Amino acid sequence: MAHTKRPSQLFRNMAAKIAAIPMIFTTLVVFVGCTGWTVVYSFTKSKMLPKKIFETTELFSIPTPSWLSDGSLDFSYISGIATKNFVGLAQYERLWNSDRWLLSIENIAIYGICSLVFTFVFGFILAALLDQKIRFENTFRTIFLYPFALSFIVTGLVWQWILNKDHGLQQVVRDMGFENFNFNPIYDADIVMYGILIAGLWQGTGLIMCLMLAGLRGIDEDIWKAARIDGIPMWKTYIYIVIPMMKPIFATTLVLIASGIVKLYDLVVAQTSGGPGLASEVPAKYVYDLMFASQNLGQGLAASTMMLTFVIVVVIIIPSIIRAFGGKKNHV
Amino acid sequence: MSDATVTLEGPSGPKPKKYFTRRNLFLYGTLIIISAYYLLPLYVMIVTSLKGMPEIRLGNIFALPSNITFEAWGKAWNGASCTGDDCGPVSRGLRDGFMNSVIITIPSVILSIAIASVNGYALANWRFKGSNMFFTILIFGAFIPYQVMIYPIVLLLGQVGLYTKLGGLIVVHTIFGMPILTLLFRNYFVSIPEELFKAARVDGAGFWGIFFKIMLPMSLPIFVVAIILQVTGIWNDFLFGVIYTKPGNWPMTVQLNNIVNSVQGVKEYNVNMAATILTGIVPLVIYFFSGKLFVRGIAAGAVKG
Repeated sequence: MAHTKRPSQLFRNMAAKIAAIPMIFTTLVVFVGCTGWTVVYSFTKSKMLPKKIFETTELFSIPTPSWLSDGSLDFSYISGIATKNFVGLAQYERLWNSDRWLLSIENIAIYGICSLVFTFVFGFILAALLDQKIRFENTFRTIFLYPFALSFIVTGLVWQWILNKDHGLQQVVRDMGFENFNFNPIYDADIVMYGILIAGLWQGTGLIMCLMLAGLRGIDEDIWKAARIDGIPMWKTYIYIVIPMMKPIFATTLVLIASGIVKLYDLVVAQTSGGPGLASEVPAKYVYDLMFASQNLGQGLAASTMMLTFVIVVVIIIPSIIRAFGGKKNHV
Repeated sequence: MSDATVTLEGPSGPKPKKYFTRRNLFLYGTLIIISAYYLLPLYVMIVTSLKGMPEIRLGNIFALPSNITFEAWGKAWNGASCTGDDCGPVSRGLRDGFMNSVIITIPSVILSIAIASVNGYALANWRFKGSNMFFTILIFGAFIPYQVMIYPIVLLLGQVGLYTKLGGLIVVHTIFGMPILTLLFRNYFVSIPEELFKAARVDGAGFWGIFFKIMLPMSLPIFVVAIILQVTGIWNDFLFGVIYTKPGNWPMTVQLNNIVNSVQGVKEYNVNMAATILTGIVPLVIYFFSGKLFVRGIAAGAVKG
């Protein structure tokens, strides 16, 4: 586009090609190569052999293999692990028969659906509230967005403290006279994912609000005026006019939220360490634990390939459905 | 403007707005309640970090401290005086982690932005055969879960001797920052009028000449956006830190998590919260001072595809 006449000599563009070497390396070696490696080796019998005694210190919530902590990596030992002994779908069979993996899928489904719905709805409501030409809009926006600047570790730790069963919210309400008040999501295996959800929503809604607000601002003022002149109530204007116009933004936010859900890891590690027991296990954590802590590489690779499959579905299939669906409506 | 209206008789100017309409009460009431929910954790963090442990055990987490003490902050930063030779990262304090995070963040930010800006420039103005294919893969790469790539990268870093070293982590951050940053720079450079580029070509400037003399001076804002995006992103990273470094090289987030979630010893909630604030303070300061640029950065980062 920038150059209509493409330079024909090879050396002309040599500088650009040389400059693009890091990009070419990243795309081919890391994104294609490493992903391919993982997918291929997920069909092998790869397993970490406990050649060195696995050293779990009680000190760390994340078990650290001995070869991680002493810093020297015996490389022959590592390369001996990834065998080229292909076993077909055996790893996947084992994976889908593992209760822990099934639980992690169930957890991420609960978290994912709730997170998707609530982030979406709250994000939109907040954006709509801020779009009412209010005073101090910047102040409110700053407040709603600041958690997004914080890491998941910080988020998880703060909410771990607020939801602490002995000193946190539960105790405060009990001290107010409601002796039987029970709210300890991070200690109750049945509802632990909702405890994480509270923290996740706190951290992530601001971003979605910002994107939705940008979308609302992109809508022509005249449409609002026309609706007002026609005497259409505001909520009807939102539902019948504004929301259908925001489909592209909705598609973006959906993809964004969904790809964020798959990555859910740090928050769980910080807030519950996967507990109580393994109750808040999620796929990303399962992968990490099996690769680096349980020394079961093949399972970790298979699990991460399943994550990749899910993302491909979310990034390619869902947007194309929305595009098809939204495209039809816009032309009516 | 007021001089002209003074001479007029009767009420003038726009109709005065009523502030306490039912709509306004509802609107601001809702916004203030929601703000309280958002601000609560920050408040609890600060208040808890300023209390002593006895007060925390007996009191209410939402109550203001009865006597303010900065003891917990000192302890979180410097570490407790540890006895015996088992002075793990828990007792070391966050100072080390802070230094590691600084050492990781600065080169990672510089390197990733340098590479991505050149990428974006090449993709916008110097396309070569296949360049769009690389760009497409790069953007798809942004969506691949990191878990898919972490293990082979361990092997690669092991091969070049960077595994568990800070250098390795810097390379990893540079690689994974590339998709978003390249997109950011490419989109920016595409928006610069083509005539400028052509004029410089006619004048005989080459790839690097145009980049340094024309593109760079024109794209300061986008560099600021990229810096904000990268500093917060890299500072807040946990996954790469825990995988690609060893305990002595841990970035702040990893060390923080190990301090707070360590199962050993008595829980010191005030120290935990002080440590948490210390870790969050860098991105928070950036956020509060950068304002609109931060929003622009995350919006750019958000619209990855």
